[in-house]
Amino acid sequence: MKSLEELKAIRERMQSQVSMRAEDHNHTRVVVGMATCGIASGARPVLTKLSSLVQEKNLTDKISVTQTGCIGLCQYEPIVEVMEPGKQKITYIKMTPEKAEEVLERHLIGGHIVEEYTLSGADIK
Amino acid sequence: MPEISLNVLDVAENSTRAGASLVTITIDADFSGDRLTVVIDDNGCGMTPEQVQQVTDPFFTSRTTRKVGLGVPFFKLAAESTGGSFAITSEPGVGTAVTAVFVLSHIDRMPLGDISTTIHTLVVYHPETDFVYRYQYNGRSFTLDTREFRQVLGDIPFDTPDISAYIMDYLNENKLETDGGAIY
Repeated sequence: MKSLEELKAIRERMQSQVSMRAEDHNHTRVVVGMATCGIASGARPVLTKLSSLVQEKNLTDKISVTQTGCIGLCQYEPIVEVMEPGKQKITYIKMTPEKAEEVLERHLIGGHIVEEYTLSGADIK
Repeated sequence: MPEISLNVLDVAENSTRAGASLVTITIDADFSGDRLTVVIDDNGCGMTPEQVQQVTDPFFTSRTTRKVGLGVPFFKLAAESTGGSFAITSEPGVGTAVTAVFVLSHIDRMPLGDISTTIHTLVVYHPETDFVYRYQYNGRSFTLDTREFRQVLGDIPFDTPDISAYIMDYLNENKLETDGGAIY
């Protein structure tokens, strides 16, 4: 069985590092809708993908991935909202882990919105 | 919902929204008794007897974003369609317990699914809430208690990469030791 001793070792290691994360206003927030509608249409793997990619790429000091409830657009779930400081909120709809990876690469790292996956860009009218 | 674990994720979400400081989730697979019992127990705001009656009605919700509330009805149907049972007990100011019993061998029972990722998601994304997760498989069991983690970690948050990875490993390794990697 995995023990709490290991967790203590991780803590010791971390306390020697100085850079504790500070939530400042330059933080980009990525929010995944996780109500019944989101979960049923596959939001959990999208959330897991985004947060593990952000960690892998050492972006945790710039991007925080969180979850929220029902946004009210259940038919477009899984929904991912990107809120960059000083910019308009971007709503990505019908996400998959693959699309989420693309959004991370092209939008969050590259700075270009992936129009075809957004609520305003998708052909849904 | 294709997995029981997603129902757990959804219904436990209600507990955190009810302001619970502690949510206890128990998964008990007992193959000799042919039952899988899932209990989600919280110390949140609780419900009145009238509300308890209403929550299994898909056309009732306390939310205002839309007019339906499908989480609890989905969970109830999933359990009852296997010949199992579903119950909610609740008291205002005390908390709510949701119990779903599935008949393991029934053809309509959905798989348990990725329960470890579900618990990880709950634990990491609800920093204000403590979770006790008990996984039992044919009499063997392990427990995760975030209060123990917090005691070790102090104010280091669970979503710190190293800690998040530790919690995932803790869930995966201990589950494997408990059920030998059984998929059901």
